[in-house]
Parts: sequence; C-alpha cells; structure tokens
Amino acid sequence: MLNANNLRKTFNAGTINEKVALAGATLNLEEGEFCTVIGGNGAGKSTFLNAVAGVWPVDGGSITIDGVDVTGLPEHKRAQYLGRVFQDPMTGTAANMQIDENMALAARRGKLRGLRWGVTKSEREKYHEMLKELDLGLEDRLTAKVGLLSGGQRQALTLLMATIQKPKVLLLDEHTAALDPKTASKVLEITDMLIKEHNLTAMMVTHNMRDAINYGNRLIMMNEGRVILNISGEEKKHLTIEDLLHKFEEVSGTEFTNDTEILSK
Amino acid sequence: MGIETLIAGMPGTAAQGIIYGIMALGIFITFKLLNFADLSVDGSFATGGAVAAMVIISGRSWMLALVLAFVAGALAGLITGVLHTVLGIPDILAGILTQLALYSINLRITRNQPNTPISVDKYNLAVSLRYKTDALVTVLVMAIIIIAIMYWYFGTEMGSAIRATGTNPAMTKAQGINVNLMKAFGLVISNAIVAFAGALSAQFNGNADVNMGRGAIVIGLASIIIGEVICNTLFKKKRNFILTLLFVVFGGILYYLFIAIVLWLKMPANDMKLFTAIIVAIFLAVPYLKSKSNSSFRKAAKRGGKENA
Repeated sequence: MLNANNLRKTFNAGTINEKVALAGATLNLEEGEFCTVIGGNGAGKSTFLNAVAGVWPVDGGSITIDGVDVTGLPEHKRAQYLGRVFQDPMTGTAANMQIDENMALAARRGKLRGLRWGVTKSEREKYHEMLKELDLGLEDRLTAKVGLLSGGQRQALTLLMATIQKPKVLLLDEHTAALDPKTASKVLEITDMLIKEHNLTAMMVTHNMRDAINYGNRLIMMNEGRVILNISGEEKKHLTIEDLLHKFEEVSGTEFTNDTEILSK
Repeated sequence: MGIETLIAGMPGTAAQGIIYGIMALGIFITFKLLNFADLSVDGSFATGGAVAAMVIISGRSWMLALVLAFVAGALAGLITGVLHTVLGIPDILAGILTQLALYSINLRITRNQPNTPISVDKYNLAVSLRYKTDALVTVLVMAIIIIAIMYWYFGTEMGSAIRATGTNPAMTKAQGINVNLMKAFGLVISNAIVAFAGALSAQFNGNADVNMGRGAIVIGLASIIIGEVICNTLFKKKRNFILTLLFVVFGGILYYLFIAIVLWLKMPANDMKLFTAIIVAIFLAVPYLKSKSNSSFRKAAKRGGKENA
C-alpha cells in the first residue's frame, strides 16, 4: 500500500545549520498493516511522516501509495490518499468552525468542492451516529465550535475526520503526546478501534515503547534518518521492551542509554 | 443650523452608510474569514469609482458601470493574491503594493483627471444624493442581496474551504484544499465587492475622485467592529453568520451617522480622518479593556486579600 523507497532530506543544506533528517529511509507497508514508529529525538520519525504527507519535496527517493507515484505531488493533492493526525491538537481541526463543518470538510477530501451545501442534513445525522461511537458526548454538540473542545476531544475528532473516508494510509504523528495519560490511552483505544474497523494501513509515531509494542502488527525503529529495525508478524507479538533495547544495541552498535526522556517505558 | 437639517439629511446619511457597509462586507471576507489584512481596498474602492465614472461618461448604463467596476475590483484582488501566493510577499505588504500601484492605474482609467464629475443632470445614475429616499431603497436592496449571496456562498463547499483556510491553513491542506488558490479567490471576491461599493459611492456623490478610497480600510474595519460590538451586546450567544453580516452593514450606517453628526456640529472636515481613527481605536479598545477588567490581577489580589482576611 505504501512504498517509501530510499528517502533523503537535508534541511538548510550548505549552511551552518545543515541537518540530514532522512538518509535513505525505506519502508514498505502492505494493506492493513499498522506500523508503530519509534526512535530518539531527531531520528527522523516525524520527518518521515512529513515526507509521505508531502509537506515539502524530498531530495531523493520515491513514494508510492497504492501503486500511484506521489513523489511529485504537493501536499493538498496528496491529501486525497492520506488521513493525518498531528501532535498538536490545535493543528488537525479548524477552531473557528463547527464540529459538523470540520467533519464535512474532511468528508470532501480529494473531491471537487463546488457550490453544493458545505454540510447537508443527512450528513449531520451520519456524523451524530459516528460521534456517538466515540462516547465523548460530542454527538449533541454538532454545531459547537471546535475551539471549545479539550485537547483529547479534538484529537478524537481529528481521528474521526482522518478516517471519515477510508484513507490509503493513516499518518499519526505522536498524536497522543500532548494529552494526559488517561486521555492518551482513550485516544489510542479509539485509534486502534478505527484502524481495525476499517482495516486501515497506518503509521504511528510514538515515544512510548509500551504503546509501540502493544499496538499494531509492525514496528520500526529509526535512527539518524534510517530505518534500523523492522519487526513484524509473530516476532512483533512476543516483543518485550528488553528485547527492543537489546536489538537497538545490536543494530546501532551503540549502547542504549535507556534514556527515559527519549524513549519512555 | 438646527437639528432639522440633520434629520432631513438622514436618508442620505443612511444611504452613504450602507454603501460603506457594502464595502465593509467585502473587507469582512479578507479581514474576518481569511484572516488576511488586505490594504489594497483603499485602491480598489477608488478603482470602482473611476471605472464606473468612465463607463457612465461614455454614455452606457449604470448597470454596466457596476458590473465593470466589480470586474476591475476582482482583477485588483487577483494582483494582491498573486503577489502574496505566487511571489511570497507578506500579506500587508502585498496589499500596500497593489494600493500604491492602483493610484496610478486609477488616474490612467480617468485619463489623468484627479476628479471626474458625473452629474445626475446629465447621466442616468443608479443612486444619487439628489434623490435621497430612492437611493436609500436602492442601496438597501443591494446590501440585502449581497448579504444573501454571501450567506449562501460561505455555506457551500467552496465557501467552507475559504473559511477553513482562514482559521487553520495546515489543517486545510491536510484536507486536500489548495490554500493559495483559496486565499487568492477570497481576495478577488473581496476587492470586487469593495470596487462595487466604490462605483455606488461615486454615483451617489456625483463624482469619482482619485482620493476617494483613502482610509477605506479603516472605515471598513470601523463598520465591522462597531457592528460586531453591538451584535455581541444585543444577541450574545445567539449571534450567527447572517446577523454578523447584517450588523456589518449596520456598523457602516452607524459610522457614517457619527460623521454626519460631527459635520453638523461644524467640526472642520479636514479633521474627519483623525476622528475616524479615534472611533476605530475606541471600538477596538473597548472589548479588550472590558475583558481585561473582568480578569485583572489587581482584582484577583483584592479578592484573595478579602478571603485571607
């Protein structure tokens, strides 16, 4: 479903601030694979997701989504294939617009926007049902401005918007990092539920090793702009945090400092 | 002069106020919906007047004058849009550049005449200060039509995309919307409406002046903010989009009423811009100061002091 081949990206090339963010990162995801992405700060996890989303063009390599080469497509054209949830709960929704309007915007992703109503009555009924499933009490606040919602509610809504029409790939960029632990686990549950329900192909960046192990059926670890560890199938199911730390040392050749700041258990 | 002259002039005052209100509706699109401080309107308001005057002088109907003014305004908006989205010039600067360029272009349109008279004696005009009540009805109907179209349009898929662009460009891109196209298009319709108002204003006052747009942005903002403050006070949470638009026009009327009263009080006309700036500053400051006084540290300290005592 997703083929990211040998992606390279350097920021501020030729200046004192030069930073090689992606140095030949490769990842192939089959349909229905839910891949968690871990790695230290600056390893290139978010950069990798942004490369797939087309926030900027890559310096090298190619990206194919469901057989379509999207390497040359700008962000808004690539959006038709992608669902995205961001780290900052403010990023994924339009605060000044109503809940139903936000969902309607997402429902028309990749479609031609004409002079039909922005939200129809039948859509509102559908959204009511969808929000009810989240069990956050949002179904009775369809016409409330999204800016009034809490961070967790906004992330849950963004998730719903990202999956309102089935995306080829769902990109989750540390989408629970800004939430309190209880809300974070609720949002993760919703994430897992939606991915399973729609059999989505997904990438989820996380700083939490336990979440990376517990969720999904694939796990990659990134370091210095490369994918250094790739675990799937049975191996993923029986993975422990100790295994992961051990593997990291093996692959990277450096001792894992077990820095809880970088990778919390 | 007694109060009678002020009252007798009221329909004219209201008509001019509504024309400013229509202009403010255009500015509302960029300022409130797109979150884009577009200063090109000072130029495009005069462009609308200049185009309308030349069309009318050439012997064609006021209808064509209004249509061509609308188109000319749209082009002016497109220039700002291209400067901003294609050439990457910051919003305020892009608007200022267009505004400056339009000064010369407006003079070219009027064949280097700084003031082009279009007398209602010689030409058939849409509105005129001579027939105050007729003019009032005409501009009122036009304002209502424009509000209705705007209400409909910003409820459509395209209109929603423009509103989303104004509140969160990152999210809008992620929903597959071309943010630059939406910004440019918003500027186009905004300036088209502003130029349309300029065309009305020129006919109403019987001349198109190259300086008629000076301060248009401030008058527009004044209308929007006055309308917003009053609408919030009257309707509070019940405020919706159509009320907001209606009160933008009402803000325009109120603004021009202030001006009429000040003129009636025999204040020098040259001080008008100063007066306008003061009105806008007051209406911008009042909501801020009010919210500040509701949550001030000094009051918090007082409350805390009482509780501890």
